[in-house]
Amino acid sequence: MSAGVRKKKYWNEPEPGLWERLYILEVVRGLFITGGVFLGNMWKWVTGRKGAVTAYYPEELRADYSPNNRGRHVLTLRANGEVQCVACNLCATVCPAYCIEIVAAPHFDEPAHPKAPQRFAIDYSRCIFCGFCVEACPEDAIRMVKDVPDLPGFDRDRMWQTIDLLTQWQPTRDPRKPYPVAPEPPRHAEDARR
Amino acid sequence: MTQSLVVHGLYMLYVIAFLLGLATVFTWVERKQSAIMADRIGANRAYLRLPFTNVKLVWWGLFHGLADGAKMLLKENFTPATYDRFCYNLAPWLVAVSTLLLFAVIPFGGTLEPGRLFAPDSALARFFGDRSYPMQIAPLDAGILVVLAISGIAILGTMIAGWSSNDKFSMLGAARAASQMISYELAMGLAVLAMVVTYGTLDLGAMVRWQSDHTVLGLPAWGILVQPLAFLLFLTASIAENKRIPFDLPECESELVSGYFTEYTSMKMGLFLLSEFVHIVIISALVVTLFLGGYAVPGLGAEGLTFPGGATWALPHIAVVTLQVLAFTVKVFLVGCFQILVRWTLPRFRFDQVMTLGWKVLLPLAVLNLVVTAVLRWWATT
Repeated sequence: MSAGVRKKKYWNEPEPGLWERLYILEVVRGLFITGGVFLGNMWKWVTGRKGAVTAYYPEELRADYSPNNRGRHVLTLRANGEVQCVACNLCATVCPAYCIEIVAAPHFDEPAHPKAPQRFAIDYSRCIFCGFCVEACPEDAIRMVKDVPDLPGFDRDRMWQTIDLLTQWQPTRDPRKPYPVAPEPPRHAEDARR
Repeated sequence: MTQSLVVHGLYMLYVIAFLLGLATVFTWVERKQSAIMADRIGANRAYLRLPFTNVKLVWWGLFHGLADGAKMLLKENFTPATYDRFCYNLAPWLVAVSTLLLFAVIPFGGTLEPGRLFAPDSALARFFGDRSYPMQIAPLDAGILVVLAISGIAILGTMIAGWSSNDKFSMLGAARAASQMISYELAMGLAVLAMVVTYGTLDLGAMVRWQSDHTVLGLPAWGILVQPLAFLLFLTASIAENKRIPFDLPECESELVSGYFTEYTSMKMGLFLLSEFVHIVIISALVVTLFLGGYAVPGLGAEGLTFPGGATWALPHIAVVTLQVLAFTVKVFLVGCFQILVRWTLPRFRFDQVMTLGWKVLLPLAVLNLVVTAVLRWWATT
């Protein structure tokens, strides 16, 4: 504590007035603020509303997700209920995380699309939600919707989503990308008639 | 003799259950209250599953305390490579036991006449006769001195814990704990002394009765109305003694890992944590006893309620006793919630600020308060 030592002055040095330096009054003010927030939130909880901005993560969708949020993948369906995917493997090829697995199978019932996936699975423990698969798909067969997949788990092997879980997109319930009501007749059939 | 044994045995069971139960509840309250204050939800995942069913009892996360306790008990008891075996094992017990012991002198209800609880002329009523017991484990004449004396032992526990761990963090934490607790003990003692001068007794039960018997401006003369400054000093000093934020310098996580119990694991650490929450209950109970009328409900006498207009409502003895015990519990709970509110509102002090506050602010104020009280008391009696 020599006389030559000067206390360093900071550019944002607080300059408390008498009120702040008494401290106890500011303490009381702070207690009123936090207590007020507590009582307000508590009143919401007691009256059956949610008094928090937190979302219950897996059970509840965050309210501020953008409609364009890349969350869960869905496989679109044709109007007749078949998967629109033609098992071309473009999404699996472009996938930077190598998390899409497709096993193709012949599907001769429908001459326009003779190939369909027998197995279509996404490993959500590796997916990075980049959306490249959606961009790559020539058939608009895979899309991403804003809600998140049911990710939490104790086991990596249980983080696969198979075709049963992915094909939940209902054509009639998506107002942003409505599916054409009637399927177009195959182009080559018209040509043949002509 | 047998009757006293039965009654005091029941008192002890009740007090242990009260202290540990309320301390566990406060761990939950601390989580939930801080969460609600910060627009969060708080702990809500632990549950008890009813056996053989899929019914999960979540109860707003109330069982997190239970899960924590089970975890503490099942953890490995890891010890540092070199440590003083005897002192290291003794320290948590010193802290926990001295904290639990404090409650022995605090009255948690009025006078219990066990004979009047049962039907007249029944075997139990004849067994107890017309004996009466103050609801207090040890109705000592020197009650408040015992509180100050035993709370001094807790300081020993923290010092021994820090020293015997053979760790620099623990050592620094123990040094801080010792200096902080001793300086605040002083201010707390002087604040209590002012209350002793006011009430003219050292017996905590007599203090509660004094508060019910006198009135200030038509209100019951609770200590907080008679001695607001002493209330403030006592509350501040006791929170500082409990080593919680804003006075958590002995165990500050950012600088000293966990301070004096850095090297403790499993239930030994659990005892330190538990005694912190028991201490909240003790502080609340002391504040309630000294400043908030103890177990007294305004208008409730030994025979029933008296309303301000003069109307009376006679109550049976068991209802009076239950009301008093309930009132004490509710008051203790609310004061504990207030302590948690303080803990989650105020930022931490620096250590020099803590010492400055203790020695340069609280101590002079406590002395001033004591002198003014003594002069007023002398003036009132002459």
